[in-house]
Amino acid sequence: MRIEKHPLLTFSKGEQVTFQFDGQPVQGYEGEPIAAALHAAGFRVLSHSRVHKRPRGFWCAIGNCSSCNMRVNGVPNVRTCVEPLKAGMAVETQKDKGDLNV
Amino acid sequence: MYNTEILVIGGGPAGLKASLSAAEQGAAVTLIEREPHLGGQLVKQTHMFFGSREQYASERGFKIAEKLNKQVEAHPNINVMNNATALGYYDDGVVSLEVDKSFATINYKAMILATGAQENTLMFPNCDLPGIYGAGAVQTLMNVYGVVPGKRVAMIGAGNIGVIVSYQLLQTGVEVPAIIEALPEVGAYHVHASKVRRMGVPIYTTHTVLAAHGSAQVEKITFAEIDRNRQPVAGTTKELEVDVLCIAVGLTPLTEILFQAGCQMNFIAELGGHVPQRSDTFETTIPGIYIAGDVSGIEEASAAMVEGSIAGLAAAEKLGHGKEQYQAKLASARQELASLRNGPAGLVIRQGLEQLAETREVNS
Repeated sequence: MRIEKHPLLTFSKGEQVTFQFDGQPVQGYEGEPIAAALHAAGFRVLSHSRVHKRPRGFWCAIGNCSSCNMRVNGVPNVRTCVEPLKAGMAVETQKDKGDLNV
Repeated sequence: MYNTEILVIGGGPAGLKASLSAAEQGAAVTLIEREPHLGGQLVKQTHMFFGSREQYASERGFKIAEKLNKQVEAHPNINVMNNATALGYYDDGVVSLEVDKSFATINYKAMILATGAQENTLMFPNCDLPGIYGAGAVQTLMNVYGVVPGKRVAMIGAGNIGVIVSYQLLQTGVEVPAIIEALPEVGAYHVHASKVRRMGVPIYTTHTVLAAHGSAQVEKITFAEIDRNRQPVAGTTKELEVDVLCIAVGLTPLTEILFQAGCQMNFIAELGGHVPQRSDTFETTIPGIYIAGDVSGIEEASAAMVEGSIAGLAAAEKLGHGKEQYQAKLASARQELASLRNGPAGLVIRQGLEQLAETREVNS
């Protein structure tokens, strides 16, 4: 769901790259936020709430709210709405608090 | 440990102008910004600004950002640190930072906080489902990264953000079947509201969302008319199938560092929540800590820029820079700010500032 033509804006995109989302290959553009790449590919559930395990998507898209925290290359609680995408990243849905001793 | 004369936290419209105005007076400025680029929320604003020439009237937000970013990056007195997030304020005034994922600290003689604001949430059943996003978040996704949020979007809130983002959604071919507003009147400027109405979007005033429905993401919402006590009126419930629900119900200042520093804070609903008490040059109750932009009270980017200019001038003057032109520049900036707040659109801000001033008298 990318904008192909915009009346006012042109979007400068990085190189098209492949990354892993919960083990499956997904395409995105290098440098765009991970959450934007996932959303464009149709994935909107990014994490789960700690207690009730309810699905969560992004909310603020500017790195404030923690709703989009995911595990990236093994590191938990990465704010995927602001973390730039790189080729080959392993992005995983997070269901727990995460452990910093990685 | 970094050292600077004036530390500016936040590279949005207020922080950019604060940096420029302090640097032009001769102060050495370090501007820290957590994003990899400057511009704050201006970078996603495609609508034209109002005001006068000084506030970039008739220019689009992202174009203003391009101009200011260039000026700031070219200025010899300004050191820009991107990917730098302020983490905390210590008793001795030192501010801790995360810079490119490493820990650092910074020392300064005066600080201008231009941290901005965050979007308010709204509580209703299933309000946490994926597909329910802040309107500003959708604007970022769309206008900065070129990704549409979905196919059919309901908007809660008919203030400027709700109406402008609705229009921008329509521009990219997304359907907007309803804008839902709890107040009896549309809050957005007439020019924006009539644009979306002309494009066939109904604005339901005196209505609110009752619930979102869906299992893994939002599939449908229900909404209804409300009475004077904001209770749903029986028999008015409507259903709407949507894949996105946008929430545009105001912003709250990002004041964590001000609270940590012990600045006097007062709750003023008209200004968006807890805001710092300030002098007429935007100095808080802690000497040497200044504020500018949404952190001082939610207002438009035009006002944020002028506040930045004033805070920058005053902080530089306090440190002995640019004394000779100070009064003249200050007077002209104040005049600009007063004229921005002059009309009916500035009424809420004026009321909020009056209340804040009264609180100052009570407390002192």
